[in-house]
Amino acid sequence: MLALGSASLVLIVLVVELALPKMWRMLVARRAHRNRVGIERSGYDPGRELRAEQRARELLCSCLNDEEWEMYRDLGFLRVWGALTGRPDPRSGMRTPQESAAEADYAYLIYPHRPIVAYLPQTGALLNEYCVAFPDRSKPYGSERLPASDDVLAKWMALRADERRLISEANMHLPGRQVDPAMLRRDLRSLARWERERLSRHGRRAEAQASQDPAQSEQPQS
Amino acid sequence: MKPGHGEILVAEGDVEVPEQERELIEAFRRELDAGMWAAVPTADGAGRREAEMVRSFAEIPRGAERVIFFPRAAGGAPTQQELGGALTAQEL
Repeated sequence: MLALGSASLVLIVLVVELALPKMWRMLVARRAHRNRVGIERSGYDPGRELRAEQRARELLCSCLNDEEWEMYRDLGFLRVWGALTGRPDPRSGMRTPQESAAEADYAYLIYPHRPIVAYLPQTGALLNEYCVAFPDRSKPYGSERLPASDDVLAKWMALRADERRLISEANMHLPGRQVDPAMLRRDLRSLARWERERLSRHGRRAEAQASQDPAQSEQPQS
Repeated sequence: MKPGHGEILVAEGDVEVPEQERELIEAFRRELDAGMWAAVPTADGAGRREAEMVRSFAEIPRGAERVIFFPRAAGGAPTQQELGGALTAQEL
């Protein structure tokens, strides 16, 4: 009787010992499956926002000109000249920053998910903040916000196409309400430096091209 | 443009093909009815980029390659609660 009891006890221990790893693996797999189903049901995808921003950058790049795209890529914001005063457009042709600033009465700085800031290019004086958003209220869950580059593109398109309408939709505040004026002044200095460097880069490239061109035109002749 | 998605293709077609043009008009109306704004990015010969807001399908330039829909602009100032007490004190 004792031997039978011992044997059955040993048998039970052996069975548990053999089955335990398999049971553990099944438990882990079951938990993982449950989590996966939960994620699929909620629609959450951790890479979605990143992919959305990547697509948004490509779209923005395809809509802006080279200078504007490089400005946004290098500095993280866009400068748009104001057009409501009816003066000649300072964007035409390759001009120095001083020439453009002298011709434009005012300009805007566009940041992603921040107010549009109006300023005077001649003096750098800050004028107003225009708080504007592009919320999508049709979604029952998730973020209402556009990807950062889409937000910039929406502001750029709305300003370019119908500046008066966008400004009238926005809430106007004095500078400093949401955007730090010290940061804005730093950004304006960075923008001026960036424009000088870009202009000198273009100048050097044009000179190099001009010095190469006669050599190229002479080659076929010789 | 869709929050969380970025660019989504709404419809694609050739306006010269009547059936496809009808589909494009329907898609355009659907987006505008959903409260979206529509803009056509344009470029002139000097490489300058512009955008044109369109309110009806007929306003879209015939040679336009694409129309971009984006949510309607709204005043985006945060509420007093979001700004916190510091600003309230500053304003006072």
